Formats: sequence, C-alpha cells, structure tokens
Amino acid sequence: MQSPAEIVPHSTGVVGVSWLMIALPLLGAAILLLGGRRTDRWGHLLGVVMSLASFVVAVLAFVQMLGLDPGKRRMAVELYQFIPGVANIGLLIDPLSISFALLITGVGSLIHIYSIGYMSHDPDRRRFFAYLNLFVSAMLLLVLSDNYVGLFIGWEGVGLASYLLIGFWQFKPSAAVAAKKAFIVNRVGDFGLLIGIFTIWTTFGSVAFKEVFEAAPGAQQNTLTAIGLLLLLGACGKSAQLPLQSWLLDAMEGPTPVSALIHAATMVTAGVYLVVRSGAFFEAAPTAQLVVTIVGVATLLAGAIIGCAKDDIKKGLAGSTMSQIGYMMLGAGLGPVGYAFAIAHLITHGFFKANMFLGAGSVMHGMNDEVNMRKYGGLFSVMKVTAITFIIGYLAIIGFPLLSGYFTKDGIIETAMEHNQILGWLAVVGAGITGFYMSRMVFMTFFGKRRWEDGAHPHESPAVMTVPLIILSIGSIFLGGFLILGNRFMQFLAPAVGLPEELPSFHPFSVPGLATLALVAVGAAFAWFRYGAAEVPRVAPRGSFLTTFARRDLYGDALNEALFMRPGQWLTRLAVFFDNRGIDGLVNGLAAAIGGTSGRLRRVQTGYVRSYALSILFGAAVVVGALLYVGNM
Amino acid sequence: MPWLSTLMAVPVVGAVGVSLVKSDKLAKQLALVVSLVVLVLTAVMAFRFDPALGAAKETRFQFAEVYDWIPAFGVHYGVGVDGIALVLIALSVILVPIVILASWHDADGTGAAAPPRRSVKTYFALLLVLEAMMIGVFAATDVFLFYVFFEAMLIPMYFMIGSYGGAQRSYAAVKFLLYSLFGGLLMLVAVIALYVIAEKGTFMFPELVGVIQDPTTQKWLFLGFFIAFAVKAPLWPFHTWLPDAAAQAPAGAAVLLVGVLDKVGTYGMLRFCLELFPDAAKFFTPLVITLAVIGIIYGAIVAIGQTDMKRLIAYTSISHFGFIALGVFAMTTNAGAGATLYMVNHGFSTGALFLITGFLIYRRGSSQIADYGGVQKVAPVLAGTFLVAGLSGLSLPGLSTFVSEFMVLLGSYERYVVPTIIATTGVILAAVYILWMYQRTMNGPTAEKVKGLPDLDARERWVVGPLIVLIIALGFFPKPALDMINPAVDHTLSNVHISNVHVTPAVAEKKGAGQ
Repeated sequence: MQSPAEIVPHSTGVVGVSWLMIALPLLGAAILLLGGRRTDRWGHLLGVVMSLASFVVAVLAFVQMLGLDPGKRRMAVELYQFIPGVANIGLLIDPLSISFALLITGVGSLIHIYSIGYMSHDPDRRRFFAYLNLFVSAMLLLVLSDNYVGLFIGWEGVGLASYLLIGFWQFKPSAAVAAKKAFIVNRVGDFGLLIGIFTIWTTFGSVAFKEVFEAAPGAQQNTLTAIGLLLLLGACGKSAQLPLQSWLLDAMEGPTPVSALIHAATMVTAGVYLVVRSGAFFEAAPTAQLVVTIVGVATLLAGAIIGCAKDDIKKGLAGSTMSQIGYMMLGAGLGPVGYAFAIAHLITHGFFKANMFLGAGSVMHGMNDEVNMRKYGGLFSVMKVTAITFIIGYLAIIGFPLLSGYFTKDGIIETAMEHNQILGWLAVVGAGITGFYMSRMVFMTFFGKRRWEDGAHPHESPAVMTVPLIILSIGSIFLGGFLILGNRFMQFLAPAVGLPEELPSFHPFSVPGLATLALVAVGAAFAWFRYGAAEVPRVAPRGSFLTTFARRDLYGDALNEALFMRPGQWLTRLAVFFDNRGIDGLVNGLAAAIGGTSGRLRRVQTGYVRSYALSILFGAAVVVGALLYVGNM
Repeated sequence: MPWLSTLMAVPVVGAVGVSLVKSDKLAKQLALVVSLVVLVLTAVMAFRFDPALGAAKETRFQFAEVYDWIPAFGVHYGVGVDGIALVLIALSVILVPIVILASWHDADGTGAAAPPRRSVKTYFALLLVLEAMMIGVFAATDVFLFYVFFEAMLIPMYFMIGSYGGAQRSYAAVKFLLYSLFGGLLMLVAVIALYVIAEKGTFMFPELVGVIQDPTTQKWLFLGFFIAFAVKAPLWPFHTWLPDAAAQAPAGAAVLLVGVLDKVGTYGMLRFCLELFPDAAKFFTPLVITLAVIGIIYGAIVAIGQTDMKRLIAYTSISHFGFIALGVFAMTTNAGAGATLYMVNHGFSTGALFLITGFLIYRRGSSQIADYGGVQKVAPVLAGTFLVAGLSGLSLPGLSTFVSEFMVLLGSYERYVVPTIIATTGVILAAVYILWMYQRTMNGPTAEKVKGLPDLDARERWVVGPLIVLIIALGFFPKPALDMINPAVDHTLSNVHISNVHVTPAVAEKKGAGQ
C-alpha cells in the first residue's frame, strides 16, 4: 500500500497565486451585487469572464503540477491566520483538489455561458450571475482549503449560494419554500460536520489536514468511528444521501442551469469529496466505512426508484443524481481504489449529468418552460442538437459500452463486489433500474407521439446554449475511458489518497460487468415497451402502490413531517404559550401580588414609577451607608 | 492624556450642547458629530493599546486612571481597559453614531407607526449620556463605580423606551426597570458584602481578586452578582422583560439595549463572577451551563413561534446570550475569547437586524410578520441587507458571528461534550427562525400594502453599510480583534486558577483532561 505523499509548502508559479481561483469569482460576485442595476448590461459577461479566468488559473496550476514529481504534488499554500491558534486560511493544491477545481471551473464556465442564453429574458440576470460566481468561489474554497475550518466556510458558502439560487424566483412561494428547506436540511448535516470538526480538534489539537491525517492512525478506534460517522452526516446533507435526501427534489425549483451546476455536477458531490478527503479517518474506522457504503447503496436504489416515477423531467434527473451520488458514496467507502473510481465517476457524472440537465433546460426553453414529460414526445426532429447530446449523456449514464459512465460506474461495481457481494449486486440492480428510468425519460421526451400543449412551438436553442451541450457531450463520450484505462486517474490521484499494491485491471467481460449490461438492456427494453412503443397517456395513470410510493419520494417528506415538522410546530406553540403565560405570567402575577392589587401595578406603570425607582436608589444608598458603618465598627 | 475620562466627558458635554441648541436639526447634527469624535478618539486609543502588556498583572489595565472618590469607604474613580473591555467599548462607540443616524426621524413623530412627537433634543441628548455610561461601565476598575454605572445606565434607557417607544411603551419600560433594579439591588448587597468581608478597605477590582477564600462566602457573593448579570444579559429564565422592552423601544434604543446594555451582564459574569469568586464559579458551572443550553434552545424555539419581527429578534438574542454564557463558563481560552467576540459580533449583527426591521416598520407601520410579503421585489436593497444581517444571525461562515459561535462551541466542547452537542443544535434552529422570517416578509407575492414601499435611501444605506462591512470584515479577518481579546481572556482564566484544557497533538493524554 502506497501512502499519500507528504504535504509541503509551495509558493512558486501559478500554485503560489492559486487563491486567485477563489478571489476572482468572488470579486465578480461583489461587483455585480454592489454595482446593482448599473451593471445589468454587462453583468453576465463579467460573470463568465471571472469564471473562465478561474478556469485558466486552475489549468495553469494543473500544468505546473504535472511538471512535478508525483511525490511532490501535494502543495500547501499558506494565506493568512484566521483564528489564531486554531485555524489558518490556506490552500492544499493536490491531485484530488485540482481535479475538483478543474471540474468546477470547467463545467462551471460552460454553464455560465449557457446561462447567458437561458436567462436572457430574465430581468434579474445580473443577480443570477452574481450568485453563480459566488457559488464557484465558495465551492473552490471548499475543495481547496487545507483544513476543516476553511472547508466548512466553503461548505456553508455553497449552501448559501444554493439557497439563493433555488429561491432565485423567490416571488414563487414554492421556490422560496424549497430554498429554505434545502438550507435547513443541510444545516442538520452541518451540525454533524461541526461536531465532527470539534471532535477532530479535541482529539488531535488541530484542524489542519496535514497534521490530523498524519496523527489519525494513532487515535482510538471509537473516536475515529465517531468522527467518520459525524463527517458522514455532513456529507449526507450536502450530497442528498439518505436520510437527508429530501431537499434535492424540491431544489429543482431553481433555474435549470443551477440544477445542472449545483444540484448535479458539483455542490452535491461535496459530500463525496469530504469522505474521500478524510480517507485517513475512514480507513482506520471500518465501521464508519461500512456505514458509508450502506448509505451509498441505499441512496442509489432509492434515487433510482424515485427516478422511475417522475413525470417532471428535472425531478427525474434529480432522482438520478441522488442515485449516481449513491454510487460515488459507495465507492468512497471502499478505500483508495474505490476513491479513484468514485472521483472518476464524479467527474464523468459532472459532464453527462450537466449535459442532460442543460439539455432538459434547452427542451424547456423551447416548450414554454413545460417540465411534464407527458406533454413532450417526438421532440427529436425539432431540436436535433439538444436531442443528440442528451442521448449521448443518456448512453453515458446507463453505462453503454465504451462511453464514460460505462468505465467509471463499472469500476465502482467491481470494487464493491470484491468487498461485499450483497452491496455489489444491489449496485448492479441499481444500474438496471437506471437503464429503465433513463430510457423512459428519453423515449417520453424525444420519441413517440407529440403530446404538446397548444401554443407550444418547440425550437432548437441558440448556439450559446447548444455549444456548451456539444462540449459536455464530448466529455460524456471519452472522459471515462481516458481516466480509467491503464488506471491513469488512479495513478494521478495516488499522491493524494494513496494506492494499493495491486492495481485493478479492467475486465470487459467480468460476471458483474456482463450482468450489469444485461440488466440495463432489460430495463431499457422494458422502458421501450412501456413508453416507446406504447402510447404515453397525457395524464399520469393512478398506478400501483409502488408507483405512488416512488412518486411520493418514498414518503421521505411525509416521514420528516411526522417526525420533525409537526412535533416541532407543537413544541413551538407550547413554548410560546409557556413563555407568555408561564414565566412571564408568574412574574407579572408576583408583581401584582406584591403591589397588592393589579390596579396598584397599573398606577405604577403610568407615572409613579419614577418616584418608585428613585426611592429604590435612595434606599440602596441608605443600605450602603448603613452597611459601611457596620463594617467599619 | 486621560483617554477614558475624555471619552466619557465628550458625550456628556455633547449632550449638554445638544439640549441647548436652538433647532432640532442642529441638535441631531451635533449629536452625530460628537459621537463621531468619540469614535475617532476610541480608534486612536485602540491603536495605542498594546495587547502584549495585558499578560502582566501590573499592566493589565491600560490607560488606567485612579482617583479617590469617597476616600472614607475606599471608593475610587478607577478606570482602565484590557482587551475585553476595549472591544466592548469599541462596539459601543461604533454603534452610537450608527444609531443616531438611524434614529434621525424616530422622535419626529413621522413614520407610519410613530408614537406622538416628543422632544427631539432630549432623545439625542439621552443617547449621548447613555454612550458615556456605556463607556464607563466597561472601563470601571472599581467595583463600586461599576455598580454605579450599571444602575445609572437604566435611567436614559428607561426614558428612551418609556417616552419614545411603541404603544405598550410604559408597560415595557417599567418591566425593564423593575427587573433591572431587582437584579441591581442583589448586586449592591453583594458589592457591599464583598467590601466588608474582604477587609481591604477598597473597592478596586484588581485588589479584590483572589481575596475571598471561604467557599460559602464565595457562593453567596457569586449569586448576588450572578443573578444581577443573569437578569441583565438576560439568561433563561430571567428573560421575559427583554422581548417587551426590545419590541416597544424605538429601533435605535433597542439596538443599544440588546447590543450593548445586555452585554454588561455577560461581561460582568466574565470579569467579576469568574475572577472574584473562582471556586463558586466552578461550583455553579453545571447550573449555569444548564441554564445557558436551555436558553439557547428555548430562545430559538420561542423565536420560531413569534409573529412580531422585533420580538422574534429579541428571542434570538436570548438564544445568543445562552451561547455567550456557555462560552464564559466553559472556562477555556477558545470559549472565553469566543464569548467575548460573540458579545461584539452580536452587537453588530442584531444591531443591523433591528435597524433594518426598524426601517421596514417605519415604512409600513407594523411589526407583524403577517403584514409583509414580497418586499424583495419592491425594495431589493432593503431585502438584501436584511438577508445579510439575518445570515449573520444564523452564524453563516464568512460573517463575523460564525467565528465567535464556532470558538464558543469548540472551546466548550473541549470540556463539556454533551452540553455542547445540545447547544450546537441551535445552529439548525437558527436557520429556521431567520429563514422563515425572511421567507414570510421578503419572499412570495408582494403584499398589497407593501407595493409602494420605497427602498433604502442614502441615509439608511449609510446606517446599514458600515455594519455590514464590519460583519464581513470581521468574518474573514477576526485576528485583530482576537489578538486584543486573547491575552485578556488568558489573564482572566489564570485568575480563576483553572487548568486550561491544553489541546495538543498528544492523543493519548486527552482522556479526562481538565474535567
């Protein structure tokens, strides 16, 4: 087992100024928010430029890193003292963080560009770009920080950006509620992350990655397990994993580019980042690792089942996102080999899911913002670029041979199989369901009869939207093979997460691999039978108990409502009542009793109080005098 | 130069000037100028303050002045500041000019829900008098002088609530005064008993530290001080005066009441309860921490249930004071420094919330949440600043309140794991009360009566701007403030004779340290 490389300070070249990655979009956000309406005309361009500039810095830092010996690729960039004695603000540029930085700024920039077109009719487009820039900045701080406090600042920063963007159309009550829900559910996770950070601090006397990871193997097993589970709770909130999954589907209230960038490609994968980054804890705490894999598998199945029942194209994709992050989480619980596949899947997923979300946005753009797939159908012929790129993304996600998802998802399944057959086979089943619900989505949207609403005139989107789609779809085709074949990405990531002695080799015809393909084919065929060949009703049929179960998001909301919301409301009412009648009533009653009658109290309230107060002060002076006299005797 | 006496004299002289000038407008302008002079003087003083000196006993209080006041009883006019007092004075003198500017029309009788017109000059003169007293109470190094300021502060605040407040103002003002006087009397008894029992013939704080040895005596005296401070802060269950007072006070007075006056309570716990009665403080710590944690959760839950914006903010403060008390009594460097910084940050954060809410109420004439909706659409700047202030109320990282809350919780966790975990659930509740209020007032369709509301004007932007700049600046660079606070907190803890929890990489030694 090859351990991760040592983290050493580095201050030369672009790496030395890598903080620009964070600062530039932050500056963009500040200018756009403070500049107000004056910046309306060019605000979106500034947003794009800042995101692209950040991407350029990331690429240059990446090139600089590639020029270094692998053992020297973990570079710490000190910035400033934050909380003296506890935490500094500093960056860790290593293969793991730079992979994220490239994904965030690369896909982020494409989505910025796409949004120029998508948001062109919105009077608040400038504010939208301000928030997007803010998001990019915070997300980069999250992944680049060299300690848990800095990570937490970015962590909550992306939560804020997510809140602002889900609620971007805040005049819609549903959007405002969804935004608030996302923030609060995330806070439950943050609670876990905070306690995790506190425990790390009291155990290791530091929150810096370098120090705590070096000391991690020496700590007590129970402590490590606790840390792992607490970090996992944080990860579940941010990454919409069970049991904190419920906010993600509602988050689709945000504009579609937001769903693509934040709620598919980047922010929701932060939990996976956290687990992989904290590998030193998890590897020393097998129980915590096991829980990570269980959460991953449970979520990948739950998300897939939810995906099957959704008629709203965005919610279908959101279920799919949950499910795919479940795969990543599963990988993240499997040690260094799993990490590499998890992160590789995270990156390819960033491409193909952003690709499909933007494609969905393009469809909505042409369909008067209709999201119900039962009112789509036959769109292939009227928006070819959108359709073809979407289908490429679709083939990638279901793991069509040689496309991106095929390599990365298969890697996770094979690795899981080696660890635990049950988890492995469940992941295979999940892949089969994926084949079904994604095929369903494609058939309902692009093929079959036209079930459009009157007045819908679907048309292809402008180039500013389709070009990003094309670029993303190219990534959806080739990126997986590029990363996985020859264990390229695993070797690249090794200095950051370690590497086992025995590298996995890619078997195209392994049993799990073939089984996956077979199940996917069955799923897709079933979807074709139901939604391609057969007529799709414009109104959803009632469906069986199982369908309702899936449509209601597996009763996640109902559960939350019964367990937390309603008891919480009762508790609040009780507390308010108690506060008004109980404590305050007692005090007022006491005052009245002392005053003799309540009438007396009222008189006190209406003017006598000054003399009352003065008499108290006077009395106090007398007491002082008397006591002093006594004391001096 | 007698810095601290000058700082107090300037606003007092200013107050006289304000009450003498002819026109109301001139009175306001003069008050603003005077408060800005105090601010500049304080800034210069802060630059000359040397945190390193705070470590030594003799130089602990800088800019010290000691004169005999009542020689027969050893009462002195003794003032001086350490890092803790300095940052709280800085908080006060920053807030006063902001409050003056914010209150520009509060006594005019204009505005949608204004009480009848009252003397404008008196209001601004009271503000300046209050400023002098706030400086005095934090600067006092003589326990008796502290007590005098502690009680005297009530008087201007009483008139500001009672004469310039909302519909229920006299009820609220009396409640405020009676609660405070009750606490004050207990403290007076304790102050005198301290003097008598110590047999030092002086009220000077540095000479009284470590004098009372008898555990039982310590406990009684501790309670006298503590209850006064717990009412002042206010700590659960002594809190019920605050929502009334804060809701009825004009927005500016509410800011000073919750932002500064209440901090005298938590400041008093840190300075007097801990240092004068260290053994009693340790004895009562479980009780205080219990009250603090209850307060955090209770305040937050009751805040969620409020229908009135100002009362809601007041209850959030009760929750926040729980955090401060937890930090003070956890008795670790991080928690103590965090609690001190919390006092400052909370002043800015809640100050901003109260003021922006005040602007909103001034326009619409109601503090009921249900009377609003969709304000973001008509007044985006107001809504935006409200959101930033609100986010600082829920301690969002990147804003100053996060640093202090994080330090309090981190430092408390070093010693008290379970109470800290319970306290940390407060971060979830905070998100509920702030964001739900924001959603109901600012989001959704624009309410009919909100449609014509103007956005923040230039004066109001000058009020909110500096606060938001401070909130963000201290959120990213808390070091300057912490560098002042840390040596002072260390000094306090060394007087408490508590073995600080040394969090070191030595993993094995951790078990049971400092318990």
